[in-house]
Amino acid sequence: MIIIVNGENLDIEKSLNINELLIVAKAEQPEYVTVQKNGEFIQRDDFDKIFVEEGDEIEFLYFMGGGNYEVDK
Amino acid sequence: MKLTNEQLERYSRHIILEQVGGKGQKKILDSKVLIIGTGGLGSPATMYLAAAGVGTIGLVDYDIVDLSNLQRQIIHQTSDLNKPKIESGKETINAINPDVTVKTYNELVNSKNIADIIKDADYDFIIDGTDNFPAKFLINDACVLLKKPFSHAGIIRFQGQTMTYVPDKSPCYRCVFSEMPPKDAVPTCRQAGVLGVMGGVIGTLQATEALKYILGVGELLTGFLLTYDALSMNFRKIKIKRNSKCAICGENPKITELVDYEQPACSFRK
Ligand SMILES: [Zn+2]
Repeated sequence: MIIIVNGENLDIEKSLNINELLIVAKAEQPEYVTVQKNGEFIQRDDFDKIFVEEGDEIEFLYFMGGGNYEVDK
Repeated sequence: MKLTNEQLERYSRHIILEQVGGKGQKKILDSKVLIIGTGGLGSPATMYLAAAGVGTIGLVDYDIVDLSNLQRQIIHQTSDLNKPKIESGKETINAINPDVTVKTYNELVNSKNIADIIKDADYDFIIDGTDNFPAKFLINDACVLLKKPFSHAGIIRFQGQTMTYVPDKSPCYRCVFSEMPPKDAVPTCRQAGVLGVMGGVIGTLQATEALKYILGVGELLTGFLLTYDALSMNFRKIKIKRNSKCAICGENPKITELVDYEQPACSFRK
C-alpha cells in the first residue's frame, strides 16, 4: 500500500505502527523526531499503538539548530 | 515625520510597491526588531533589515568573531576577527544604513535576562538566529509569555526550516517540538556542519517575515513549518496545528516561568 512520507510516496507491504515506520522510512535519529499523521501530532507514547493505513500522510519533523555544535576537545 | 529626499531615494524601490508605499516605509522606519544571534541566520537577516530601514535593530550575542564563522556569517569580515560579534555587526549595519539605531547586548540569553532585553526597547518582532536548542526553547517560551511575535529557524547540513509565531494566533515552537532534546542527541557529530548559504536562504526568509509582519501584508508562516532541502531544491510548507497539550501555550500550561536548559554536546575527536 502507498502512504505519503514527507511529501513522497512510500510503498509498504503491510500496515505498520509509527515505530516500525520510522525504521522502514529511515528516519534519522527516530528517538527525537516529531511525527504528524494526517495533520495530527502523535504522542510518542502512542507510537506503538497507531498504525498507518493506505493514503495516510505522514510528516517527520526534525530538530534543527544552527549547524554549530560544541565539540569536546 | 516626513521622509527626507534622501530617504525617498534610498527606499524608492520599496515605496514604488503598492503594498509598501511611503506609509509602509514609515512603518518600517518606526519598527524595532531584535535579532538574537549574529551568526549564520542572524547575519543576512540583520543586513537586509538594516538595508530596508528598520529603525531600531537590537543585536544579542556574546561571542567573538572566529575564523570558522566567516564561511557563513557574512555580517563579519576577515578584518573583524577577534572582535565581539555585536561590535562587528553594529559596524556593518552603520555602514549599510545610517538611518538605523543599533542597540547591542553582549550577553548570552538566559532565563534571567531575556525578558529585560526584549522589553528594553519594546521590540515589535524577534528573530531567533541562534544555533543551540536551549536558546531556541528559551526564546519561544519568553515570546509566548511576553506575547511577542518571533521567527524561529534552524539549519543543518543542506537543510533548513523556519516558522513564525504570532501570539494567540498560531502554534508555538513547543507545539511541534515539545521537549528539549536530551544531551548528546542532536545531531550526532558526523552529521553536523552546514553549507554556508543555508543561513542566507533561511535568515533572509526570517527577515521577510519580519517585514511582512511590520507592514501587515501577505500571509505569515503561522501554522506552518517551512522546510528547505538544498540537495533536492524542495521547499515544503507543512501545516501544523496548535497542540492543546503544549507545555507553554496549551490549555493547562506546565511552564509558567522561564527555565534554562543545557546544550547537548557531542563527543568528537579532532
Ligand atoms: Zn505551543
